[in-house]
Amino acid sequence: MTLAARRRLAILGVLSPPLLWTLVFMFVPYAIMFTYSFYTRKFPTFVPDFQLGNYLALFADPQYYQVLLRTLKIATAVSISALLLAYPLAYFLAFKVRSASLRTMLYLAVIVPLWVSYLLRAYTWKTILGSEGVLNSFLVWIGILDEPTPLFLYNQLSMVLTLTYIFIPFMVMPIYAALEKIPRSLIDASKDLGVGRAQTFLLVTLPLSAPGVLAGLTLTFCLTFGDFVAPFLVGGPNGSMIANVVQSQFGTALNWPLGAALSIAMLVIVLTIVSIGDRLERAGRLDLG
Amino acid sequence: MTSIVEVESLTKVFAGGVTAVDDVSLQVGEGEFVTLLGPSGCGKTTILRIIAGFESPDRGRVLLGGRDVTDDPPYKRAVNTVFQDYALFPHMTVAQNVGYGLRIAGVPRADIGRQVEDALRMVELLDKIDSRPAQLSGGQRQRVALARAIIRRPKVLLLDEPLSALDVKLREAMQVELKHLHQRLGISFILVTHDQKEALVMSDRVVVIDRGRIVQCGSPAELYDRPATPYVASFVGTSNLVPAIIVASDANGVVAEAGGHRLWARLGSRRFAPGAHVLIAIRPEKVVTVPAGGVVPDAFNRIEARVIEHLFHGHGLRTEFDIGCVEPFMVDIQLPAALAEVGLAAPGASVTLAVDPANLTVFPADRQP
Repeated sequence: MTLAARRRLAILGVLSPPLLWTLVFMFVPYAIMFTYSFYTRKFPTFVPDFQLGNYLALFADPQYYQVLLRTLKIATAVSISALLLAYPLAYFLAFKVRSASLRTMLYLAVIVPLWVSYLLRAYTWKTILGSEGVLNSFLVWIGILDEPTPLFLYNQLSMVLTLTYIFIPFMVMPIYAALEKIPRSLIDASKDLGVGRAQTFLLVTLPLSAPGVLAGLTLTFCLTFGDFVAPFLVGGPNGSMIANVVQSQFGTALNWPLGAALSIAMLVIVLTIVSIGDRLERAGRLDLG
Repeated sequence: MTSIVEVESLTKVFAGGVTAVDDVSLQVGEGEFVTLLGPSGCGKTTILRIIAGFESPDRGRVLLGGRDVTDDPPYKRAVNTVFQDYALFPHMTVAQNVGYGLRIAGVPRADIGRQVEDALRMVELLDKIDSRPAQLSGGQRQRVALARAIIRRPKVLLLDEPLSALDVKLREAMQVELKHLHQRLGISFILVTHDQKEALVMSDRVVVIDRGRIVQCGSPAELYDRPATPYVASFVGTSNLVPAIIVASDANGVVAEAGGHRLWARLGSRRFAPGAHVLIAIRPEKVVTVPAGGVVPDAFNRIEARVIEHLFHGHGLRTEFDIGCVEPFMVDIQLPAALAEVGLAAPGASVTLAVDPANLTVFPADRQP
């Protein structure tokens, strides 16, 4: 056996377990789901078929496309509010905190919530925003409200709030990493050339941190888009998102073909966003060295 | 000559109590090329960063053109910097980099284009005007950084080890180019470097810095020929530092004893009492090897030595001798002919060396080299 052939065999040996894993647990399920999306529902189950009715329902039935639009809207709102909160924090961490140990501690404080159960973190907001919650009690106590209001919870705002809180670490991390990578001499150089702080930020810091912003937006958007716990806990009657619908199709509604079609639609949307993000990132990729 | 930059008793202590700059005062004249020379960590870059406005001093003032700018931010100072890593904006083209400061200053677009072209022509890089920094070589980036720094015609150009990232050949070429650029522009240059050759080649005046303090300040020739301390004698160029004891002293000079040799040194203003411990600095290239049967020139010091080894440098030869002191005694000669044609004394052989008393510099020995 030649050296090249032996090397190929070795590479194959190393790569085959993960490839096999991906094939069996990723591609096969997707293929099954894809097949199901063309089946016809026949109460109480469904029969093999090849028809586009499930996909057409997504566009024909307002019940579905409205949820889809709402999900897009909420995901956009969450991404933007997470960006607005995360950027200043990441900037502060990267540029203003001088002590390395303090910076590590603050950065950890951003990440630590990720180690806490997701469900618990979402539930926390229920206890903050609810009628008996912390916010209501406080507002009643200082006299702004006469009695607790149910307005804080079970609406789209409470959902955006909760999801922003849950996914904000995924925005802070890439932005911080991007800011950290910017050589400080570039900022010095800008000031040296007569450019003040604000313009230096707009012309140097912000463009150079764009890859981090892009990564953060993609992550946050996609995570929010597929979320089904927050709408369930704090969303209320008009708060369900596309993942909740998928869940109910596979569960109580017992309409797997429609659920599969919805899942494929979600997958396409998320993959589109990821690839747009990726393409933008490639277009703007820069050599900072 | 009027001073364009004045630095008055500058002191900077960093967190952790490290005194980076210790009571440094310095004047730079209009159109002067001044080099701050010192080993890494001696505080020279901090002085430059204080002049540029990136650091604020704990004590002392910075004056530019007679105006106190100590509390001004960098973007309000009429100085520009060439950074060690060049600090080119990676997301901009060469033209955008060079024109950056002008664009923000509100210079009309057509003027920017013309000035950018002029600046790039000056550094001979006009053909790269639309390239990105990542597409340029180290030397080309260096030129872009220069063009960007001079385009606004600053009163003073600050250069922070600008050549340290270049290879030797390119560095030597850029030294000459920088010197010519300085002559063409007529503005003051302040260069920071740890490379003594660079300092000697380019500067009008060299300021030697050690541990945050100015050790000596003078023209390259002054520094080389009349070093103020053993530190300068060994940092600028190479010196043999021979420990000796003064035997006799009069108005013309001193006689000192080292390794069994009597060395006569002419002195300037310094006076030493007999019995004093001194360090005598002797440049390796100022020592003459006396051929066998030859005569030691009149009034020259005579040193009997034993060859330890020869070190071939290509253009010259350094020979290390044992003269009865702890350290080997170095002698450099230029090679006028091929090495094979020069008769070399074998290691262990005895050789007579001679050196002019004017080429001996005597320092009190309590000052650490």
